[in-house]
Amino acid sequence: MTRAQEQSGGGIIPQQTGPTPRAWVTWTIVAVIAAIAVLPLAIGAADHMAEPFSGADGQAEETIEVVAPDYEPWWDPIYEAPSGEIESALFALQAAIGAGVIGYFFGAARTRSRLQRESAAASGAHGDSAAHDSRDDPGTAER
Amino acid sequence: MHIAEGFLPPAHAAAWTAAAAPFVIHGVRSLTQAVRANPDAKLLLGASGAFCFVLSALKIPSVTGSCSHPTGVGLGAILFRPPVMAALGTITLLFQALLLAHGGLTTLGANVFSMAVVGPWVAYGVYRLVRALTGALPETTSLGLAVFCGASLASLGTYTVTSLQLALAFPDAQSGVPGAFAKFGAVFSVTQIPLAIIEGLITVVIVRLLITASRSDLLRLGILRADAAATEPADGKAV
Repeated sequence: MTRAQEQSGGGIIPQQTGPTPRAWVTWTIVAVIAAIAVLPLAIGAADHMAEPFSGADGQAEETIEVVAPDYEPWWDPIYEAPSGEIESALFALQAAIGAGVIGYFFGAARTRSRLQRESAAASGAHGDSAAHDSRDDPGTAER
Repeated sequence: MHIAEGFLPPAHAAAWTAAAAPFVIHGVRSLTQAVRANPDAKLLLGASGAFCFVLSALKIPSVTGSCSHPTGVGLGAILFRPPVMAALGTITLLFQALLLAHGGLTTLGANVFSMAVVGPWVAYGVYRLVRALTGALPETTSLGLAVFCGASLASLGTYTVTSLQLALAFPDAQSGVPGAFAKFGAVFSVTQIPLAIIEGLITVVIVRLLITASRSDLLRLGILRADAAATEPADGKAV
């Protein structure tokens, strides 16, 4: 099956067809994201600072200390990572869990769409006999 | 936007917790309803929560010379409506409060209110508005614009609420709440502008990938208009 046929789905299930985003536009957006993220480093936005690129959350705490010098935090975190290394490990863990779930989703979704397209194309090519196959296909059974 | 543990006076902490609690309870109920009404969408729901998990762990440098992070609540709010994100966002904030000493239990209510309540509603409202205004544009373009505006303004809105929360708790001696709001806004909102643009663009990339990988989910959730899809030209290409 050619790529064009794949994308149009052969028109068998009209609902499954439609405009597909162009890949190069998506890649351009990714490049722009990377550029915006790197820009502050490239132009040296923090060169004049004692603590370059510290967290805004921490800076807010400092601002509180300036605005309300007498304020004492009345509660301490239950658990505080004993070192920056362990904290970054936990942050990486958080990102990894999220990325893993997203990756699983896209893997599952792509496979499901492919099975749908293939069964649609098969039923289009072979008529009634293939329509039976698509009913047995677990990818379409859950629709 | 994480207000650190103990950094809101007890009365403020209690008030924000009380304000956020009904949204979270309603959110958990919406979450179970969404799963029951749409069992096929369970995976996508998980991916939306995971998106929030990833993005809020990413510290990104900003032109102000400090680092901050996106919120990731826009995607789920647009796909599944805001109440669902009140539940999923709270899970993210709880994880960070308990394991990362980022945010805190006493400030959880305030942080939930900014990131998991206001953010998602801004995302959804702006998304709907832009979608309605750009109805004449090609489907993918209209959807992309609406998602970008919704997700990035949600990010900015979240940090603006955080600034307001801190200003209410710590008014400036001379200039009062507005003066303090300007100070906290300078720390948070300005830093967040490039990050909000990044967050909007990342969310657009994910939605574009969803159109390719999982069109049926988007049609079922009413994100893609079925009639628009049916009347597209046969070559099926759009920007």
